[in-house]
Amino acid sequence: MSVASAAHEGVDAGAFAASAAALLAVAPRALGGALLRATSYEDGASWAQQFAALLPEATPVLRLPPGVTDDRLIGGLDLGATLATGRPIAERGILSRADGGVVVVPGAERLTARVVAAIASAMDMGSIPLQRDGISAMLDARIAVVAVDDGTDDETVARPLRERLACWIALPPRWRGAAWPLPSRDEIVDARVRYAAVVDTDGRAAEILTSTAMVLGIDSLRAPVQALAAARAAAALAGRLTVSDEDIALAAQVTLAPRATRLPPRADEPPPPPPPDEAPPDRADDAPSESGEETRPLEDQVLDAVLAALPPELLDALTQPQDRSTKESGRTGLEKAGTQRGRPVGTRRGLPRGGARLHVLETLRAAAPWQRLRPAPPGGATVAVRKEDFRVRRFIERAGRTVIVAVDASGSAALNRLAEAKGAVEFLLAESYARRDKVALIAFRGSAAELLLTPTRALARARRELAALPGGGGTPLASGIAMSLQLAEQSRRAGSVPTIVILTDGRANIAQDGSPGRPQAEEDARTSARLVRARGVAALLVDCSPRGEALARELSTLMGGTYVALPVADARTMATVTRAVVERST
Amino acid sequence: MGLVFPFSAIVGQDEMKLALTIAAVDPSVGGVMVFGDRGTGKSTAVRALPGVLPAMSVVKGCPYQCDPGVMSPACATCPGRAAGKEAKVPVPVVDLPLGATEDRVVGALDLERALSRGEKAFEPGLLARAHRGFLYVDEVNLLEDHLVDLLLDVAQTGENVVEREGVSVRHPARFVLVGSGNPEEGELRPQLLDRFGLSVEVRTPTTLAVRVEVVKRRDAFERDPEAFIAAYHKDDLKVRRRIEKGRATLTSVDVSDTMLEQASRLCMALGTDGLRGELTVIRAARAVAAIDGKSHVTLSHLTAVAPLALRHRLRRNVLDETGSTTRVERAIAEVFAV
Repeated sequence: MSVASAAHEGVDAGAFAASAAALLAVAPRALGGALLRATSYEDGASWAQQFAALLPEATPVLRLPPGVTDDRLIGGLDLGATLATGRPIAERGILSRADGGVVVVPGAERLTARVVAAIASAMDMGSIPLQRDGISAMLDARIAVVAVDDGTDDETVARPLRERLACWIALPPRWRGAAWPLPSRDEIVDARVRYAAVVDTDGRAAEILTSTAMVLGIDSLRAPVQALAAARAAAALAGRLTVSDEDIALAAQVTLAPRATRLPPRADEPPPPPPPDEAPPDRADDAPSESGEETRPLEDQVLDAVLAALPPELLDALTQPQDRSTKESGRTGLEKAGTQRGRPVGTRRGLPRGGARLHVLETLRAAAPWQRLRPAPPGGATVAVRKEDFRVRRFIERAGRTVIVAVDASGSAALNRLAEAKGAVEFLLAESYARRDKVALIAFRGSAAELLLTPTRALARARRELAALPGGGGTPLASGIAMSLQLAEQSRRAGSVPTIVILTDGRANIAQDGSPGRPQAEEDARTSARLVRARGVAALLVDCSPRGEALARELSTLMGGTYVALPVADARTMATVTRAVVERST
Repeated sequence: MGLVFPFSAIVGQDEMKLALTIAAVDPSVGGVMVFGDRGTGKSTAVRALPGVLPAMSVVKGCPYQCDPGVMSPACATCPGRAAGKEAKVPVPVVDLPLGATEDRVVGALDLERALSRGEKAFEPGLLARAHRGFLYVDEVNLLEDHLVDLLLDVAQTGENVVEREGVSVRHPARFVLVGSGNPEEGELRPQLLDRFGLSVEVRTPTTLAVRVEVVKRRDAFERDPEAFIAAYHKDDLKVRRRIEKGRATLTSVDVSDTMLEQASRLCMALGTDGLRGELTVIRAARAVAAIDGKSHVTLSHLTAVAPLALRHRLRRNVLDETGSTTRVERAIAEVFAV
């Protein structure tokens, strides 16, 4: 049966997942790949398996291991071969070994920004430049990617990768074992041959798919380019040499619907006019019996098809006005990249022990000039390496600092110029990012503290959060300190040096458990402050009350921190003081 | 490597194309930083650049592709060599990939020759290969800090000094650094930004007709790259001729005192630090005038290049959300009072 007709029958996520697999198998490079969201690992694996079964025989399908290193991803020096032959031999990385095939990425939402960039570059260029360990080569890497997103709600696959994947598939539960109609491997091979020859008459599919993408609020131009390729693949699969209306509709359903960021205007509103000087003249010879009216219905049909294909969750999300800014920002693993302890900065002479890692290439380089002078090594080895040749990798532990800013956004602080306090924090953020420190942001108001921003370097995001920070309510100072401390310990585990900066007027009136009452609130704040000292985290307390608050001063002493009274919130002074405290703590 | 999308077939992206053309005419403007949305093909224009760059003369056999006209004292092989033969080679546009190791960037002892023949030979790295051309770093914010610092040092001095195991080499390395980045994925250090002469912002086109055109061309290219490239060959040649003409007339373009003064007033109004901004505005304006075949720089040239040359040098005002492009445009309107 035809894949296209299966998809037309209505909202059937399973059928779309099957269609996507078939289309992707026909044109893996042009479509880039799939973004798979599955409720269980088995469902995801099962889809990937069915997809792989459609690919021609001997197509490599490789799995990207979590935490992949540069040498395994891109390639590097083949240690064994290099030592055996006495000359540098390159080893290919996963991207290059998957040339002509597919890279499956489990846990794609946790990739670091660097890995994402390397994959994206290979997808774009079909090759990957290897400039590592004395090796200079251009390796073919014509890959498609199946990214499996098993993340929780707030983690999404990084944008540069999502962008390049045409098919976003939300697998229905229990996809496993479901018998969806899929073409045979031979049909795919036939379709691949036909694919290149499929014609988009008068660029009609290009126009309709581009305008549909625009109506659905899909900003990137990669989407319509991929949609057009999908339409072509659908035609090829159905044995056609021209793109039909059915192919266009299917392509829109599979590639555009899941990426919609808004719903099209209602049918009774006037639709956006088609581009003025395109389409109409050609259309006349194309379909002599029909008038120019015919273009509108097809666009409507495609849009109807897309609407029918929208997954219910997405439809809900789109009909409810909500702030999509945080969801849209597309986390990358950049924040987590800080977990590397230090970064490699060259090599030094030394033996590889006590945890020092041998740098083979530099060791060989050090040994090389002496080979003529040294007696040939025993046992048929090619290279005579001596103790003094050994080089080990040097790392710099300056992995970074994390400045945790906790802002009092309570009613009393708001009275005492919350706006200026925000200005001061922004100044501090700007300072920190300039030094590649990370900044986290906590606000406490009402009954509890809230984490506004996990440690980040993206100032733009921090600014957005801060600008949206409302003021008012009680002062849960204890929770504010406690959460700062918790975050500080997290960053410390990630190899970073934390500093806590608390900006408050010190009028604590909400206890740790969220209940109001000044005495308990103050006592809890003292307890939290003592914990800060116990854990040895550097702290700075900025008192922004008009005349200085006794409790604020006391808390800062309990924390073993620095106290600064800034009755006039001067952004520059505060940043200078914080900088001094941060520097001291490292 | 595969076939690349032709420069002249790129729809829109005028600012990007202008900045690259300026850098091709006058490399001393000092690098181009490209910011952009996803899916706009930031890299496309850079990768297409070799197609529109006129070939350059080099000293035959020089590993650093020295200019026969100007012997570089820093070159280890050229001085002392009798007037060598010349050769024409394409201008290098070198990709510095992520994950590149330092030895491949700066160059290192040639291991193979050292081991097999016992020779101490220097194997030049990417910096040497990029001499007199372009060095492209995609996603510059993801490059390791020590490599970025190294690049900036070399870009500033025009010379690569290598002191590593067994080798001690100096060689010329003058190149136009082109970086791309997406501010959403981590900010760039201001020190880094300031080193770039020009910056451009690439945006996704918003009109349907333009978007359709982009999709159609992309599709046509993917279906038959050879035919597509051939179809734009003439247009690419035209761009190349404009660059050639610009280079030939660059030194004769006159910059009047009035224009210098206008550039200074603009920079003062914007509060850019140091003289780098003014110099870049003037240099870029002169290059544009040369490309246009004009004998002197006019206000329209200054207006055309000011956003490119200045927007990344504005002091960040944390309380002002106004985009830097808008701020530059506003200042232009005030200062030039048109």
